Amino acid sequence: MIDSLYSWIDDRVALSRSGRHLLDKIFPDHWSFMIGEIALYSFIVLLLTGVFLTLYFVPSSTPVVYHGIYAPLRGQTVSEAYDSTINLSFSVRGGLLMRQMHHWAANIFVGAIVVHMLRVFFTGGFRRPREANWMLGTTLLILAIFNGFLGYSLPDDLISGTGIRIAFSIMESVPFVGTYLAYFLFGGSFPGTAIIPRFFILHVLILPLLIIGLLAGHLGMLVKHKHAQFPGKGARDDNVVGSPLWPTYAAKAGGFFFLTTGVTALLGALVQINPIWQYGQYYAYKVSYAVQPDWYMGWLDGALRVMPAWEINLPGHMIPNVFFPAVLLPGLTFNLIYAWPFIEAKLSGDTAEHHLLDRPRDKPVRTALGAAVFAFYFVLFGASATDVLANYLSVTLNVVLWSFRILCIVVPIVVFPVAYKICVELRETPGAGQRKRHNIIVRSADGGYSTIAADEYPGYVKAELEPVALEEVDLVSAMSADADPGPEGVYRIPRDYS
Amino acid sequence: MPEVPETPGADGAVGNGAGHHPHPGAAVPLDAPQFQVAAKNPRRVEGVVAVAFVASFLALAAFGAAYWQAASSWVLGVTLGIALGAFGFALVAWGKYLMPQGPFEEPRPQMATTQAEKDEFVADFATRGKIAIERRGFLVKLMGAAGAVLGVVVAFPLIRSLGPRPNQVQSLYHTKWRKGAKLTSIEGRAVKVDDIEVGGIITVFPPDDLGGAFSQTVLIRVQQTGNIVTQPGRETWGPNGYLAFSKVCTHAGCPVGLYEELTEQLLCPCHQSLFQLSDGAMPVFGPAPRPLPQLPLYVDSKGYLRAQADYDEPIGPGFWYRGGANNEYAQ
Repeated sequence: MIDSLYSWIDDRVALSRSGRHLLDKIFPDHWSFMIGEIALYSFIVLLLTGVFLTLYFVPSSTPVVYHGIYAPLRGQTVSEAYDSTINLSFSVRGGLLMRQMHHWAANIFVGAIVVHMLRVFFTGGFRRPREANWMLGTTLLILAIFNGFLGYSLPDDLISGTGIRIAFSIMESVPFVGTYLAYFLFGGSFPGTAIIPRFFILHVLILPLLIIGLLAGHLGMLVKHKHAQFPGKGARDDNVVGSPLWPTYAAKAGGFFFLTTGVTALLGALVQINPIWQYGQYYAYKVSYAVQPDWYMGWLDGALRVMPAWEINLPGHMIPNVFFPAVLLPGLTFNLIYAWPFIEAKLSGDTAEHHLLDRPRDKPVRTALGAAVFAFYFVLFGASATDVLANYLSVTLNVVLWSFRILCIVVPIVVFPVAYKICVELRETPGAGQRKRHNIIVRSADGGYSTIAADEYPGYVKAELEPVALEEVDLVSAMSADADPGPEGVYRIPRDYS
Repeated sequence: MPEVPETPGADGAVGNGAGHHPHPGAAVPLDAPQFQVAAKNPRRVEGVVAVAFVASFLALAAFGAAYWQAASSWVLGVTLGIALGAFGFALVAWGKYLMPQGPFEEPRPQMATTQAEKDEFVADFATRGKIAIERRGFLVKLMGAAGAVLGVVVAFPLIRSLGPRPNQVQSLYHTKWRKGAKLTSIEGRAVKVDDIEVGGIITVFPPDDLGGAFSQTVLIRVQQTGNIVTQPGRETWGPNGYLAFSKVCTHAGCPVGLYEELTEQLLCPCHQSLFQLSDGAMPVFGPAPRPLPQLPLYVDSKGYLRAQADYDEPIGPGFWYRGGANNEYAQ
């Protein structure tokens, strides 16, 4: 039955002709290669939980009186968006779980993209031939950030509404076209009634489609290039060393998807996120204290805070204050990221193809530069909590703000030489990062003392196995030979590396 | 043996012998360590994986029961999380310890193509395209025209219709405050001169724009004998100690909502700009670049507070067309 079905399909799509090599596709093993997978899997979680949410969410700012089961809000006039979000949280089975999983998955999604990008940066994974894929990934990061912002703006609560107001001001600040951009997106002035439905369709259809399309391109290019890999285990520029897609990698990656989803479910169950019933409905004249956006907007919020109170007045025109931290800074940031593979190739003169990754310590300048730039954004991220920190540390806002203004200049300047020095020293220390052997003190016959290194821990040092070309071997026979454990439940062939 | 895909050009311009290396020991013995599973004791790993699978379907059954019984969110999430997590753990352990780990390798052709390949492709592309285009030059021009019209249609009526031009709906330069507009609370009650004690604060709107995002205004009452600095030309704007300022922050547009009575300062909770109300709402801290515009007030014969006029400058954050002589406001 299954055979004939397979045969029927295969005669029409010729899967067995092209799919055979896919089974043999080699995936290099390294923990850092799983970070991108986390991004991919949390995107799937986003799609699944997001579909659930669309079944109940009403993208409308039409005012209604709340009559739901959450007593403190009863009788208040709220928007349909807010009303339906409260109802799907409290009255729909599993609704709150789905909403919290969705929000957590969004935070994990962007976080995994950022960490994945740092991994690719610090290991030189962006070098030829992967420059275009680096740029594609950067675009995915931008889309993920935008879609996250759109998503948490939808419930029309007091905090997200304030965020939309700031977004309107930021759009307005763009020279020449800013006010047009803002009015066209909002369908008029702020707040209007168009913005929730428009954000909704951008959030659930247009940006996800873009992300899916670019993701397909990102992964397609990965298949075309085959994975980059770390040196060692016989890895070279002209091969890929690791485990095969079927069955080893499929089991591990498939399992990792469920692990990621499981962790997201636990977070959604146990760690509250965005309790909009506590914030209340958004009104343009209301605001709450300690207004912070989701974490991935933190660096922009921090930049808005530490920016000195400057504006540029031109004859008849103005470049407003928010333009510099909220338009110019991200513009420069992402253009620098886009351009980095080409800048580095230009500076180093290295335009050859690379499929072997660098250890960060082996490229001290790149690593130090990356660390310094990342430190800058990290300080800005911290600056988005000036008010909370001032409260918590019982110091004035003035002190906190000026500290951050100074820190965002000083920290990168300090980080660069420190990171550079660490890299150089690590590079020059043999065995750095490996477990140290014990020293044994021995006394010689004439009373002198000396130290010698102890033997290795048994089993710690594993002889490196030569990679076996999968095309040359009979994996099926090998697996069936290996699948027959002896009478003691131990496989016939002891795994012995010595 | 599957066919090794051809890697054309591998021996051409690229120098490092990209392509397929025949493995030296082509006949790898079936008991080679590369084929063996990583587990030292596979039976034990089998046991752990089995326990994880059992935990997974027990937790899934619990999730189903909890959903059926409409249990609370955290019960649903914990059961689902355990079910998925145990299932994932089982799969990962199975793959990692009970399947051959290699290392295996496959060849990787270089990406760079040879000049000959490039030349052939470009030649084919250009020649075919040239013939196709030259034969039907007229059609190409028509196609171009259609594309141009499409571009214009997308740019103009479609994108243009997304929203009104700035100023058509809510002016960037004017709010709904007019001469004589009563200062009205969000509940619709007009404020009278005796309504607010010294130190009191209230958000007010013009009566026809309650809750308006642009016309929202803070009204405070200060000690007339206090240290109020009156800006030149604003001597009559604050009758009986009443001062009214736009509530829209001049930085990023948040409502400037937090009032500190002792220092007579307004704090914007979004980015912590601080405005000194007793000194014309000058920004004294934070990123806000301009003072909050002041609304001129008067008290009518019945004791109602009213606006003398609209704000004399655009309220809120800056924008490209703000300022200077050629903006709409100045005309």
